[in-house]
Amino acid sequence: MDLLEYQGKELFARHGLRVSSGKAVTDVDAAVAAAGEVGYPVVVKAQVLIGGRGKAGGVKLAADEAEVREHAQSILGMDIKGHTVHTVWIEHASDIASEYYASILLDRAAKKPLVMFSVEGGVDIEEVAERTPEKLIRRHVDPLAGLSREQAVQIARDGGADADVVEGVADALVALYDVWLSEDATLTEINPLIVTPDREVRALDAKVSLDGNALYRHPENQSLSDSANEDPLERRAKEEGVQYVKLDGDIGILGNGAGLVMSTLDVVAQAGGRPANFLDAGGGSNADTIRGAVELILANDAVKAVLFNIFGGITRGDEVAEGLIAAFGQLDERGKSTPFVVRLDGTNDVEGRRLLAEAALPNVYSAATMNEAAEKVVALASGRAAGAGVSA
Amino acid sequence: MSVLVDESTRLCVAGVTGREGSFHTLNNRRYGTNVVGGVTPGKGGQDVEGIPVFDSWEQAAAEVQPNTAMIFVPPRFAADSILEAAAAGVELVIAITEGIPAHDELRVYNTLQRDFPGTRLIGPNCPGILSPGKANVGIIPASFFKPGNVGVVSRSGTLTYQIGNEIARAGFGCSSIVGIGGDPVPGSSFVDVLELFEADEETELVVLSGEIGGSAEEEAAEHIAEHMSKPVVAYIAGFTAPAGKQMGHAGAIVSGSSGTAAAKAEALEAKGVRVGRTPTEAASIAVEVLGGASVGSA
Repeated sequence: MDLLEYQGKELFARHGLRVSSGKAVTDVDAAVAAAGEVGYPVVVKAQVLIGGRGKAGGVKLAADEAEVREHAQSILGMDIKGHTVHTVWIEHASDIASEYYASILLDRAAKKPLVMFSVEGGVDIEEVAERTPEKLIRRHVDPLAGLSREQAVQIARDGGADADVVEGVADALVALYDVWLSEDATLTEINPLIVTPDREVRALDAKVSLDGNALYRHPENQSLSDSANEDPLERRAKEEGVQYVKLDGDIGILGNGAGLVMSTLDVVAQAGGRPANFLDAGGGSNADTIRGAVELILANDAVKAVLFNIFGGITRGDEVAEGLIAAFGQLDERGKSTPFVVRLDGTNDVEGRRLLAEAALPNVYSAATMNEAAEKVVALASGRAAGAGVSA
Repeated sequence: MSVLVDESTRLCVAGVTGREGSFHTLNNRRYGTNVVGGVTPGKGGQDVEGIPVFDSWEQAAAEVQPNTAMIFVPPRFAADSILEAAAAGVELVIAITEGIPAHDELRVYNTLQRDFPGTRLIGPNCPGILSPGKANVGIIPASFFKPGNVGVVSRSGTLTYQIGNEIARAGFGCSSIVGIGGDPVPGSSFVDVLELFEADEETELVVLSGEIGGSAEEEAAEHIAEHMSKPVVAYIAGFTAPAGKQMGHAGAIVSGSSGTAAAKAEALEAKGVRVGRTPTEAASIAVEVLGGASVGSA
């Protein structure tokens, strides 16, 4: 779960990391009021979960009320790489002597937290890592011991922090690790971590990803997801506890098991189709689960045809077929007029396919293999006939 | 032979008294797995269809000497259960539980390394391990697989059944099927399991099923080039997955430009590993490679 900059800064502040005073607002008048509170000059920053805000015109300096009004007006509602700006963060503008970079992330290969620090902040850190890797310090931390102050001081020194701010950078790193650890984050990143002319070290930006599996330990963080910017269907799926990701094609996909569904998307793409979503129905085979999933898939107006790819394991193919038949009986007009291709394989697959054939559901086509199912659904989505094996 | 689980397995199950836990434990026993006990705090002294239940791993270890633990408890209790089983001396812990916080997995992995190096963890968020004809520990539907010489290692459950089933339909069997799980910090990696298959006399070919996220497939590619004499055939899922989106599994996410399916397939192919573009193609490459070898339908 990725947090917006201002949400990340609120977490930082809670753990003693210095941030500039600011306020998140959603309309122009509130932006003007906030600017008056934090004091001019201010920076108006678009709150979206995508990089490159500055280049897109989503970050502007304002010296007075007229400029705040103008910038807030243009940034609110702006589209930045497909993300609509619903919130701006109004922050007192900082004087900057240096721009550093700091982050803590979960290094999956080393299976340890990784601290990264550089005095070349304020730019794309992947470029720094590529062009001048010696300027990006990377140090693993023993997760059972945590980041010690001594190690943090060493990282700041090795990274080339100015001597008079080594202590300040170390404080920031220790606080950043504290955020990472105690909030169950998988990433905490500050770019830039600034040094002000009066030698204060402060986070000018915040990028935080929290572990969704650990939210039960952090009820106060549960409301932090970017509900205004989140896709409404993904939000609905989350509320219903369904694993759903919206994609930009026109073929709805449902399967059981995350790996099989990912694979189904690939096979449909190889057959020339464009998947409209990822949906893992898990082990659920009853009519309610399937009807809920179908409703979610069809709530996306772009969907022209749907592929069900079920490999029965512990779940039996005949049970799945019964669930499907019951669910189809309860579909609305749109559902009934949308072609479905059902591929049933695995435990009791023959029996399952027989039940489906006997039910003779209009617009439901059966397939025995993944590849055949993908070809059929691609043909149906493009308005062509599905070819042989049609059950109705 | 086979790897990790077989006739010598003595299985004890944490969460055996739960609905899922008891269902799968009894399924495993029906398959022939030697289930010696279960652990549920507060329910010691009870039994699940004759399987004795203990309050703690320490007690279970003293009473029934399990060498394999299966973890079926909810996410918030799973990390401690794994570490208690390790502290009780259990050598192999198979964690089925999905949804364990990543920080708990980090703590478990690093604690095992430091304090219990003799314990191997498989999973979490995995379907378990099946050695056809010998033992089944977990939720893999055993009916698709028969004994043979193909080793399977995978991050995904249903995808494993898909590929394994196609290999079985072509007449080949499996030595063992090992699900290493879809989480960001798995207890065992592809490399760990490849080492076991390389050393296993029965295994003649390994099918590796990977997916987006992390770099375990790239590490496997390096390892295969350096250390594997047996052929490995791979499949990678998630070519169409958009960056930054978690695709079902907690670990299945492309971060920026790293962890893509294309990069993984390239890394494997660069080391001479054949990668199927679909599960069916991966299975048919495996069958083609096995074609000349003596096939195990024992």
